[in-house]
Amino acid sequence: MSVATATPQATSGKTTYLNHDKSIRSWLLTLDHKRIGLLYLSTIVVVFLAAGILALLVRIELLAPGRTIVDAQTYNQFFSLHGILMVFLVIVPSVPAILGNFIMPLHIGAIDVAFPRLNLASYYIFMVGGVLVVIAMVVGQIDTGWTFYTPYSSRLGAPVIFMTLAVFIAGFSSILTGMNFIVTIHKMRAPGLTWNRLPLFVWSIYATSIVQVLATPVIGITMLLLLLEKTLGIGIFDPAMGGDPILFQHFFWFYSHPAVYIMILPAFGIISELMGVFSRQEVMGYKFVALSSVAIAFLGFLVWGHHMFVSGQSTVSSVVFSLITYLIGIPTGVKVINWVGTMYKGSVSLKTPMLYALSFLFLFTIGGLTGVMLGVLGVDVHLHDTYFVVAHFHYVMMGGTIVALIGGLYYWWPKITGKLYNETLGRIGCLLVFVGFNTTFFTQFVLGSQGMPRRYYDYAEKYADLHALSTYGSWILAVGLFVALYTFIQSLMRGAPAPANPWGGASLEWTHTTSPPSPHNFEEQPIVTHGPYDYHHFYAGDGQSVEAELASRSEA
Amino acid sequence: MGDKGTFWLPESASTVSGDVDSLFYLVTWISVVIFVLVVAAMVYFMMRYRRHHAGQVGAPAHESKWFEMSTVVVSTILVLIVFTWGFRVYLKLNIAPPGAYEIQVTASQWKWDYTYPDGTVYAGDLHVPADKPVRLVMNSIDVLHSFFVPQFRVKQDVLPNRYSSVWFEATRADTFDVYCTEYCGNQHSGMLGQVIAHPQEEFEEWLASAGGGGLSPEEYGERLFGQNNCNTCHSIDGTRLVGPTMQGLFGSQRQLVSGESVEADENYLLSSIVAPAAQVVEGYPPAMPPSYGSLPQDQLDALVAYIKSVQ
Repeated sequence: MSVATATPQATSGKTTYLNHDKSIRSWLLTLDHKRIGLLYLSTIVVVFLAAGILALLVRIELLAPGRTIVDAQTYNQFFSLHGILMVFLVIVPSVPAILGNFIMPLHIGAIDVAFPRLNLASYYIFMVGGVLVVIAMVVGQIDTGWTFYTPYSSRLGAPVIFMTLAVFIAGFSSILTGMNFIVTIHKMRAPGLTWNRLPLFVWSIYATSIVQVLATPVIGITMLLLLLEKTLGIGIFDPAMGGDPILFQHFFWFYSHPAVYIMILPAFGIISELMGVFSRQEVMGYKFVALSSVAIAFLGFLVWGHHMFVSGQSTVSSVVFSLITYLIGIPTGVKVINWVGTMYKGSVSLKTPMLYALSFLFLFTIGGLTGVMLGVLGVDVHLHDTYFVVAHFHYVMMGGTIVALIGGLYYWWPKITGKLYNETLGRIGCLLVFVGFNTTFFTQFVLGSQGMPRRYYDYAEKYADLHALSTYGSWILAVGLFVALYTFIQSLMRGAPAPANPWGGASLEWTHTTSPPSPHNFEEQPIVTHGPYDYHHFYAGDGQSVEAELASRSEA
Repeated sequence: MGDKGTFWLPESASTVSGDVDSLFYLVTWISVVIFVLVVAAMVYFMMRYRRHHAGQVGAPAHESKWFEMSTVVVSTILVLIVFTWGFRVYLKLNIAPPGAYEIQVTASQWKWDYTYPDGTVYAGDLHVPADKPVRLVMNSIDVLHSFFVPQFRVKQDVLPNRYSSVWFEATRADTFDVYCTEYCGNQHSGMLGQVIAHPQEEFEEWLASAGGGGLSPEEYGERLFGQNNCNTCHSIDGTRLVGPTMQGLFGSQRQLVSGESVEADENYLLSSIVAPAAQVVEGYPPAMPPSYGSLPQDQLDALVAYIKSVQ
């Protein structure tokens, strides 16, 4: 992260968390949750770029049947590494580690998280995990897919153990961050900030933290069992030694399904904030949206078997897992209705963050509905392990989490950097991402229902047109993402100084501190007297424009 | 194939595929309706309540408990209908009719072997009688695989430590694709085959001749070379694929990674099939799986005879 220069108007020469100490050391050893959030941001952006380039290579290989640019072995490594990097080092940590770190303490009016040193330790543990992943990648030629299914992975031996160890270590960072956030949210809320006044972003981070703490140890246990199997020759997962590969799948999904909620719940939180602020309206069904995040977090532990309908697990288990899957689908669906309903009688502003939020609603609705389709037992048998599944989870993970993350970054960018970004460029980027994403992945629904299996290096001629279209889409998507990246870099270089509250938000990070905030977040302890989306109460009928009102507040 | 299918689904050719398709379209159409409603509401609100001047704040909107409850109730009823239907189709997919014709399936990297009730072992394509339920009892000798026939709408993982089974009844005599859908390594996408459904008498005739009777060893070996997917890694025209070409291999001198040099005689060819890691030729990865060692001796003999003949 480059260090911002002083922003004269907004902060009028005030000390901010960016300029109070500019040494490298002060960044690398910082205990400030805001700077730690930015450390995560810069790391995750680099990994995202690497994994994104791998995705582009995968798509280029699939441009035409047969060999296009690489051989089968290399292709198998490309898609495996793309999956491993994106899931474990980008999407799982992204929103909690970047925006959760930066925004959550500001949202609750706290000076920092409860355990700042632990927070810094989490970052370095994450880095160790990340470096180990890269070493395993380079040395080990991992080609197992991100799911590491045994016995294929047990045959590869050491590199897979190394990779799971890396994932295990990165997982510890997840557990520690989760604990830190739970304590922070319980103990450090500002006076007056009751649970009913908590911004929905904080609720979702809270629910996510619970899942992080409870689910992540399971991947550690799985790793330990793999290690014992390998070193002591105890048959656990490898049938050659009397183990059971389905047991591995149970273990794997017992973590990885809840991990899906670690990935998507924080995105729900961002969308709630964006829909509220850019509609200047109370988020519809606040209590429902807040508590359903917690409900989804718990129910998320009971549905892992829906990844295994054709694995050979018992038919009865499949039936039960299918039924519970719907229990999650319903509150998720009602959430979508609440977000759309938030615009009702609102004052809707189509700024870039809102465009990303609306894109999220479009894409996530497709991802969610196709998820329900996959939960239908008789239909899943046909669709399982085809491109339909690939399209579904990209709609949820990329169209959901990543789109929400980018929307959130645009939204909080003025707060984080103290700079405004170019609105036109931001909107163009969003449009390209939206068009490119749908071209890339909607075609894959059709490919999948037509029977195209996933993880195929080569494919039949009849699938060629749709594969080519999907690849062209990936180029548009890539251009859109680079436009977004350029917008951010341009803003850092030449962006106009941001006012304290450019959007007219009613939560503490906008109303009670400068852009960027001071090193200690708030000049004095904020006292909360209203809800996070209470725009009426806050700007009650004095005829003044919100901006003028805010300008006078930040000067006062 | 697939020319008679729809935009979404490939052609339907088994007794269960009609049920799966009806359910697929039911869920698809419900999803389309919900999606259109959501997006229409979104676009309408976006236009109708667009902010016109900077200081505009939303008007108070009273939440309707009735609306919230009705969305929960309606969606619960919908998913229960879909669940129940899906459950019934799933049972049908899982329970083979009594008296189904049983074929043993052995999956390995990267081929399918089928053992018929009379003991005939046939690799590559699955020949079955049409209009008769067929039950496959499946097992893998190495990693996970999955047996998938899109036109039949059936799929089942194949495991190394237990039997799994799948059944289908082809509704007409034709050829259908078989894909492996559980990632199984380097040549996962080459682990293909076909289901060839014959009328009953034709099937019986085929089965009587399936063992390679009446063919010369070279001809039988040529057929096995294709059925066992040898040709996905080894060309017969000198092209370089994953493994060395078979053209002119017999009798040539082979430089091994161990530094030795050996002549590719019959013994070399046989040992390279049954123990591929023992003598790896220089310049190629040791990518060949050991699963071919389990081929019956007569098939190995035929393969060696065929490879000798590729000049």
